[in-house]
Amino acid sequence: MDALEIARWQFGITTVYHFMMVPLTIGLGLVVAVIQTFWYRTGKVEYLRMTKFWGKLFLINFIMGVATGIVQEFQFGMAWSEYSRFVGDVFGAPLALEALLAFFVESTFLGLWIFGWKQLKRGVHLACLWIAVIGSFFSAYFIIVANSWMQHPVGVKMVNGRPHMTDAWAVFTNNTALVAVPHTLFGALAVAGAFLLGIAWYHLWRRRHDGIDTVGADGRAVAGEADIPGRDKTDYKVWMTSLRIGAVVAMISFAGTAITGDMQGKLMFEQQPMKMAAAEAACHDGTGFSILSVGNVGSKNCNDIVAVIEVPGILSFLAKGDFTTEVKGVNSLLDEYKAKYGTHLPDNPLYGDRAGQDIQYVPVMEVTYWGFRMMIGFGGIAAFAALLALWVTRKGLVPQSRWIMRLAVFGILAPFGANAAGWIFTEMGRQPFVVAPNPDASGVDQVFMFTAAAVSPGVSAAELITSLVVLGSIYAVLLVVEVRLLVKYARGGVVSAMPELAKALSEKKDKTDDDGGTPGAQDRPGASDDVLAFAY
Amino acid sequence: MELLPTVWFVAIAVLWTGYLFLEGFDLGVGMLMKLFARNDTDRRVLLNTVGPVWDGNEVWLLTAAGATFAAFPLWYASLFSALYLPLLIVLVALIFRAVAFEYRGKVDTQRWRTAWDWAIALGSFTAAFGIGAALALTTTGLPIDSNGDRHGGPFAWFSGYAVLGGLAVVAFALVHALAFLALKTDGQVRHRARRWFVRLAPIALLPLLAWAVAVQLLSGKPATWILVILGVFAAAAAWVLARRGAEGKAFGALGAFLVCATASIFGAAFPVVIPSTLNPAFNLTISNASSSAYTLGLMSIAAAVGLPLVIAYQAWTYWVFRRRVSAAHIPPAHGFLPAIAAKVLVGHEAPAGRAAKHAPRDAGE
Ligand code: HDD
Ligand code: HEM
Ligand code: HEM
Repeated sequence: MDALEIARWQFGITTVYHFMMVPLTIGLGLVVAVIQTFWYRTGKVEYLRMTKFWGKLFLINFIMGVATGIVQEFQFGMAWSEYSRFVGDVFGAPLALEALLAFFVESTFLGLWIFGWKQLKRGVHLACLWIAVIGSFFSAYFIIVANSWMQHPVGVKMVNGRPHMTDAWAVFTNNTALVAVPHTLFGALAVAGAFLLGIAWYHLWRRRHDGIDTVGADGRAVAGEADIPGRDKTDYKVWMTSLRIGAVVAMISFAGTAITGDMQGKLMFEQQPMKMAAAEAACHDGTGFSILSVGNVGSKNCNDIVAVIEVPGILSFLAKGDFTTEVKGVNSLLDEYKAKYGTHLPDNPLYGDRAGQDIQYVPVMEVTYWGFRMMIGFGGIAAFAALLALWVTRKGLVPQSRWIMRLAVFGILAPFGANAAGWIFTEMGRQPFVVAPNPDASGVDQVFMFTAAAVSPGVSAAELITSLVVLGSIYAVLLVVEVRLLVKYARGGVVSAMPELAKALSEKKDKTDDDGGTPGAQDRPGASDDVLAFAY
Repeated sequence: MELLPTVWFVAIAVLWTGYLFLEGFDLGVGMLMKLFARNDTDRRVLLNTVGPVWDGNEVWLLTAAGATFAAFPLWYASLFSALYLPLLIVLVALIFRAVAFEYRGKVDTQRWRTAWDWAIALGSFTAAFGIGAALALTTTGLPIDSNGDRHGGPFAWFSGYAVLGGLAVVAFALVHALAFLALKTDGQVRHRARRWFVRLAPIALLPLLAWAVAVQLLSGKPATWILVILGVFAAAAAWVLARRGAEGKAFGALGAFLVCATASIFGAAFPVVIPSTLNPAFNLTISNASSSAYTLGLMSIAAAVGLPLVIAYQAWTYWVFRRRVSAAHIPPAHGFLPAIAAKVLVGHEAPAGRAAKHAPRDAGE
């Protein structure tokens, strides 16, 4: 592998990884804020417990988003210096604004939320969480503005071979970004929905399994009281409410991704026709959407691909909103691209050994074709499962089957898969360009960059391999650590996030136990315990 | 007219100063987790002084990097790619440090905590050293060619200045953290921190001073020499004030020392952002490395609105958490209370209810 390929693998791996943490942060953050608002409005204890429990899992995940995000911020300069030089005038601004206007807000107000349970008034404390959550939306917005400019460069003119921003409004209201942002936010919510659903299901199942909840004569749930900290009747409400919130969120967010995804598809037909054709493995012009194509989808040779099930008209609908427009296939697009952007990479030292090579305008079709279908498929499965879950639990009970419980828990992975697949499709479908040229009128033509020219010329393959291996192995280890902690605290239930529950219980039982042992324990207001237990 | 690039050069110097001032003490506190804290209670006192704020402090780094990208893309590209391996190490350090803060208390075993304590201490040390080295190199020179790319292999960036800059930030962070702890804690931690500060400051501030002087020798101007001298006075004042027990003022004076030092360094380097050690003609300067006036103007508006806001709400955070932390505020480690007596995946689980008994694990003091 040469430096370019290693750098691409590294960018792909680190971003996909970052984007496993990010959607959970964004989605769960919003859900926790809403739940804490319920608590603020109603004062019901189950909402407090839900806030603490989901908040704890949120924090365990949040920190990994922070840790891996720093890598992203540095990586453009480290591995993609030519790219940074080329796009800096436009692309740097949203990145800097993300830090200045979003990351500061998120990290500062989240710190206030974590440690401020006692220091702040209830309303102010809640407001801090909301501000942090809105901050995370802004960070998604800014980073997607940056990304969308690579998909659809606007608002610039070329000066000495580099794009200079001339119209910030155009950059920050790039139509590509305006639909990608809600699409991504809904994708993040889908993750949170499945997360709530799966974990709540596990606890409800566990309560039944342990004989705490039973079935009443009318077939409805009878919530029982267990002699174990945190497993009282309120606990039942915690899980049942979480399950329902999760299921509803999962369904709404799938509808949201579908609507906004359709809008993205239509833009893509105009802005990156080759990507969409490759997503369809559509070689020839036509109207049909393939549900299943066999043959070697990865092959660049269109004759190898046979569409087995094809629904006529759907492709046109995705592209234009009608059923008859002929959509251009790979073959005719290929000729257009060659005519516009050349057949060979320029003879420029930036391209290294690749200078003068043939340009492959067709992205890896296996990835685009299946990436697109996995995104939709995983999302759809999760939404359908959520609907089923609501129906099955309408009497307040989950089935006793261990297998169904396992399905619900593993179902958490589906929206993660959809998100990753969507990004991999978006990013790999953009190849061979790192900044894609825009054939349509809204884009500025001739602003584009081949990925082959983007990598740092001064950085050796050995350095890149080192970083790929180092980051890859650290990420692997940390993923195991994070997942184990999440599993541990998820299983631990509410009391693992609120040790004061257990304490209250055991004090009730054993009044003679003098709160002794630790020096200074007496002059500490007992309640400040839970703040620090929640934090560190 | 070079007005906007100059403004942005100053803005980036301000961001780096803000970063070194704020993250300076939390990096230092991180290192002190191993050097200074005597037992687990001490360590948790230390952690809780920076707990609510360290992440916000770290964003100063991200903003400094992001602003460099936006305002001087060529500076960002050349510096970050030239220092590929050192920055990789910094990234690894920052990853472990961040995760350690959050995960340290999540499993109740001594082994787990010790491992993450090391992650915090070594991560803080390495990050401080690496960032100091990078800043020293961008002010003293890198072997970059006409395109801004590094020449001479993965380690060609190395020079004595890198070591000096690394030491400067590490040592400064240590004493800065001691001053901070004297201000933010109570009880024996506070008194020891003050004692240590008084003993260490006279040596520990020297490397930063040496870096400032080194840059003056390379490209100093009368005004920046004056800043160095002012810095010496500020450092002396910090020491005298700390001896008298004026913790707040000592901390402020130390901050003034930092501002003088970074101002003299960036001021002397100006208008060059990376001197080329191969050929001065390849120097990256604020004129040939900057973005267009349009972008700089846009960023100026954003910064004029955004930065005061950031400073305001971060200051408010410090106000909210102004109370001194002492051992008395630290509850016993909570163990982990499974609501479900099932096999749990990580660590040895305490039987339910153990935490309620307050097992006194911190016998020290
Ligand atoms: C849970 C997540 C999820 C779900 C259920 C969907 N998507 Fe999606 N999709 C994403 C998560 C996602 C994403 C990860 O967020 C992407 C990657 C880049 C982006 O902007 O969003 C994406 C990209 C993306 C793109 C590429 C845009 C581009 O390359 O410029 C299109 C055309 C669609 N989506 C269309 C859809 C359609 C028609 C869906 C129908 C149900 C759908 N998505 C469901
Ligand atoms: C929103 C901000 C993002 C920006 C600015 C961005 C930018 C980039 C850049 C510069 C590259 C390297 C050049 C290239 O290979 O084309 C790249 C590649 C890649 N990115 Fe993104 N990316 C973003 C988000 C994501 C996310 C969230 C994911 C996945 C979850 C992702 C997945 C990938 C993959 C898989 C590649 C490798 C593609 C290939 O080399 O074929 N990206 N991206
Ligand atoms: C769609 C893609 C992305 C979204 C929605 C997104 C959003 C987020 C969110 C919500 C966080 C955690 C919150 C925080 O720490 O403040 C985060 C962390 C971070 N992300 Fe991403 N990100 C994306 C891709 C990227 C890319 C491509 C970069 C590279 C520039 C990046 C840079 C960062 C950085 C530097 C952090 C750490 C921030 C901190 O310490 O607070 N992100 N991102």
